[in-house]
Amino acid sequence: MNALQKISDFFMTPAMKILLILAAVLFPFVASNEYQIYVMALAFVWAIAVYGMNIITGLCGQLNLAHGGFFAIGAYTLSILAVDHGWGFWWAFLAAGGAGALLGFLAGVVSLRLKEHYFAIFTLCVGFIIYLLIDKWEALTHGALGIIDIPAPNGFGLVDFTQTTPFYYLALTFMVLSIWLAARIANSLLGRSFRAIRISDDLAESLGINLMRNKVLAFVLSTTYASVAGALYAGLVRFIGPAEAEVVHTFDMITYLLVGGIGTLMGPLIGTMAITWLTQSLQFLEEYRMIVFGPMLVVLVIFFPRGVVGSFLTWRGRRLAAAQDAQAESAAKKKPKANNTVNSSAREAGNHA
Amino acid sequence: MDLFLQQVLNGLTLGSIYGLVALGLTLVYGILHVPNFAHGALYMVGAYVSYVTMVDFGVNYWLAMIAAAGVVALLAVLCERLVFNPLRHAPPIHDKIAAIGIMLFLEALVQMHWGAEFRRMPTPYTEILNVAGMTIPAQRVLIIIGAFSLMAVLHLFLKKTMTGSTIVAMAQNREGAFLVGIDANRVAMMTFAISGGLAAVGATLFAPINLVYPAMGHLLIMKAFVIIILGGMGSIPGAIVGGLIIGFAEAFGGFYISTDYKDIIAFALLVVILSIKPTGLFTKGVR
Repeated sequence: MNALQKISDFFMTPAMKILLILAAVLFPFVASNEYQIYVMALAFVWAIAVYGMNIITGLCGQLNLAHGGFFAIGAYTLSILAVDHGWGFWWAFLAAGGAGALLGFLAGVVSLRLKEHYFAIFTLCVGFIIYLLIDKWEALTHGALGIIDIPAPNGFGLVDFTQTTPFYYLALTFMVLSIWLAARIANSLLGRSFRAIRISDDLAESLGINLMRNKVLAFVLSTTYASVAGALYAGLVRFIGPAEAEVVHTFDMITYLLVGGIGTLMGPLIGTMAITWLTQSLQFLEEYRMIVFGPMLVVLVIFFPRGVVGSFLTWRGRRLAAAQDAQAESAAKKKPKANNTVNSSAREAGNHA
Repeated sequence: MDLFLQQVLNGLTLGSIYGLVALGLTLVYGILHVPNFAHGALYMVGAYVSYVTMVDFGVNYWLAMIAAAGVVALLAVLCERLVFNPLRHAPPIHDKIAAIGIMLFLEALVQMHWGAEFRRMPTPYTEILNVAGMTIPAQRVLIIIGAFSLMAVLHLFLKKTMTGSTIVAMAQNREGAFLVGIDANRVAMMTFAISGGLAAVGATLFAPINLVYPAMGHLLIMKAFVIIILGGMGSIPGAIVGGLIIGFAEAFGGFYISTDYKDIIAFALLVVILSIKPTGLFTKGVR
């Protein structure tokens, strides 16, 4: 047990999660200016959307390129209802989540009949249709002008969400809830079914998993995440335009997901935080950030396809397996007869890790 | 009637360019089973290369086209060597993400160097022909003739030459091609070079009646994907027929229905067709 091992073990404990939440709660007190809090709140909102993408792409293995479109659907549903129809923020917020789920269901039923490349291309087209509709349907969406004066979340007279810090805590709450839900899904029978589908459609089907129903469910979950994140985004930024639906945002989210670790629980959060702060520190690159991110995506998929969290888990798994192998070997020396069984169980443990 | 014929001409122009771009995409898909999302960016780079050689170096239109085809072919081969070849055993999702990475990189690079503004590419063929009461810009005639003769040349190359046959063989059956001693690396590089060259020529033909800007490949690549899904991925005649279908649908839809929504027509068509027949129009067998 060296120090490295102890640290890596600590990362896996519940105490680590509490420490992370505590750090997030204390962040506004140590931040040097309000802008940093604002950036952090924005990053939390994006992270929620990336968690949605992780469900359909990371767990279920279907590359959904319409994700940014559903983010925009959430933002626009909230804004249109709140600004043009005078709905209260939270009612409009619920409606935005509902719209994301409903439209996600409709898009999912059609697009999930396609597999792999066809699905990716089809959803790219769906995302583009969403963008074109938002840009051209002026009667509904105000077209290229966008929507301004979007109300902030209603604090019922207790909190003022037009201030950055209260909104920060709101975004944090929603993000923690999203991660909790994502963890529950990933560890449930449902999450296991999704993973079986990712490995192979045929395998999943032979296990008695209803492919279509599970894929559509994963898709609807992910679009709901995206539209809830979009609605929060509208409440934070307070003005939106057709640019929110541009496919670039989907590519941004893929970058976050890939850097953090696709299919892992903490990957989306770590990826979003890392890239957001990297972009902030490279402000001069804002317009040209893709010059860095484009090659980074390529290098990541070639050399570190599992991202930060995935690579950490693999490394830890290897160490554990090696430790177990060493243990088994010393045990085998004492009792030569037990050799076979011990070795095979150690290898199995290695596989699981 | 004249207006109708004008739309036929428009459809033919659009369709031949779409066909040319889709052809490159479908060739690469047939060989490597990679949906090359970077293809639109290659098309865009092709337009910029011929723009720069023509405007900044004052080179002749045709020489600029050849230069663009050469540069983009080289770029495509480079992508294959550096990115797609190392990823050939990776899960399919990785290829797609890597292709997106290349696309983002090329676009940002061009935007940094030349800015995001729209440019107009000059062409020596500005006269307007008058045939049977129809006004036909010479550039459109050039596009249609150029695109279709290029398709014919490609067809002859694939069917009549040994090198071309190796590409067809790879597309038909990978293992079979290996068994008869076809070098996979060579075929993959050649296919990427051809597809890049086609994209650059398409861009040089089309850009004078359109505009040159960093995002010019976005819409086109998505339409090209629609086309190869309609035509069956990897199918060469499918790409040409699909290109014409989308070209005509856009020309007539834009004229008779609404110009605002003409870009949506291709995608709406895709959604409708795939909802009814998830395997595409011309695909044979199962995917």
